[in-house]
Amino acid sequence: MKILTCPMNGTRNINEFQNFGPLRNNLDPEVVSDQEWSRHLFRANNACGILQEWWRHVPSNYFFVAERNIVTNEVIRTFDPSELESLE
Amino acid sequence: MPFGLLKYALSKDYPVSGDIPSASDLQSTYDVVIIGGGGHGLACAHYLSKYHGISNVAVLEKGYLAGGNTARNTTTIRSNYITNEGVSFYKEGVKLYENMSKELDFNIMFSQRGQLTLAHTEASMRSFHLRAEMGKHAGTRVEVVDAKTVKEISPHLNMDDGGSLEIIGGLWHADGGTARHDAVAWGYARQAARRGVEIHQRTSVEGFDFDREKIVTVRTNRGNISAGQVMIAVGGMNYQMALKAGIELPIRSFPLQAMVTQPLKPWLHTLVSSVSLHTYLVQSARGEIVIGGGSDPYQLYSTRSTLDMKEHLAEGAVQMFPFLHGVPLLRQWAGITDMTPDYSPIMGACPVTNLWLDCGWGTWGFKATPVAGKYMAQSIANQKTSAIIEPFSMERFSSFDLLNEMGATAASH
Repeated sequence: MKILTCPMNGTRNINEFQNFGPLRNNLDPEVVSDQEWSRHLFRANNACGILQEWWRHVPSNYFFVAERNIVTNEVIRTFDPSELESLE
Repeated sequence: MPFGLLKYALSKDYPVSGDIPSASDLQSTYDVVIIGGGGHGLACAHYLSKYHGISNVAVLEKGYLAGGNTARNTTTIRSNYITNEGVSFYKEGVKLYENMSKELDFNIMFSQRGQLTLAHTEASMRSFHLRAEMGKHAGTRVEVVDAKTVKEISPHLNMDDGGSLEIIGGLWHADGGTARHDAVAWGYARQAARRGVEIHQRTSVEGFDFDREKIVTVRTNRGNISAGQVMIAVGGMNYQMALKAGIELPIRSFPLQAMVTQPLKPWLHTLVSSVSLHTYLVQSARGEIVIGGGSDPYQLYSTRSTLDMKEHLAEGAVQMFPFLHGVPLLRQWAGITDMTPDYSPIMGACPVTNLWLDCGWGTWGFKATPVAGKYMAQSIANQKTSAIIEPFSMERFSSFDLLNEMGATAASH
């Protein structure tokens, strides 16, 4: 069983977590062009290497961020979203 | 007789040359370079050389022939999708499979035994009615059946009467079937090679050189080639390959796991899948029960397997056929699937003028091997995306014209 370290609940089996995909920039739909909006909706980082992504610890409904290598599946670190400086 | 054997052993002409000639050096120029020596790439090479007179073609394969998702998929052939564009396209795919052994002069072991998808909820039944009507409209054989008919089609099923996973009906798709995946690839490769297509294994593409919006050089580990047209069909690595050409595809890569039991006498005479259990089963010609399901729950470029997924698949299989509980697993494996947001492929032209995409085949590519090959070849030969695959263009994401096949794809294959 793969282990994920939740910043709030500690080390848990990965089947207690739900993946919510790569972090994306927050765009203002009133301002951006259709092209930018379609990109925002449908394009996500999928390059070989380290990915920043959202995870949820399901029983506690706590969302956090993990940095994971999507080639080796190694989790580099996990942290509370308050540590995100900016997604811009 | 021993002398006869000895004669063969010493003869230079024996063993006879293989179906696919061993690779020579790369030439400096090809009319078409196909990146990816899987079913799709080889089918395209076949159609280009047989129907469009284009045989100065190189198929470049990083590993060995058909060793990626062509070897790893669970060989479901069906057309019971939900969008008009999808059903029409996959319907032609099934038709091409029906005639493929003849077309290729190679037995692909096509077995049109029908596919049964199970509903455990009223919501599934509603979506089955829609799929059945869409299918009938397009002229495919697909119908909603009640629980009694389900039991008649697959008598070994655990109907779970009164249980939480009671089978209340199904979607019966008489056109559905299966075929031998390796034979499909080898059949296309042999035909293409006979017409002069060069198949280069262990040849990886490292990058492209451009002249404005056009690829002029394909850089490989065995030297540079100049190419008139280039097609990308590299399965799980499509995102990476397109990125080398400056194209950012709306694709995320996930592993897809499958497994087989030890061989059993033939008892499962149709393909059976369950929407709620995310599990499907088919008995191979060898007697193994092939068990597959949905993709892994998070992005990864790795073909490792997980106990979680195996347990999940085993649970689904035992729920449907409880007597499988004591049957050992023989093999398990995974492939990398290139998933699009709407569960439909990305085919046709792209902003690079001589680059053609045959990508985003996710978990549903095997059934489309002949039809994608046919229309990609036609598009490349005519320098224009064919009408039937136009709706699958990358542009649909910019114009918000998505082809949502999620419900008809996820875990029912």
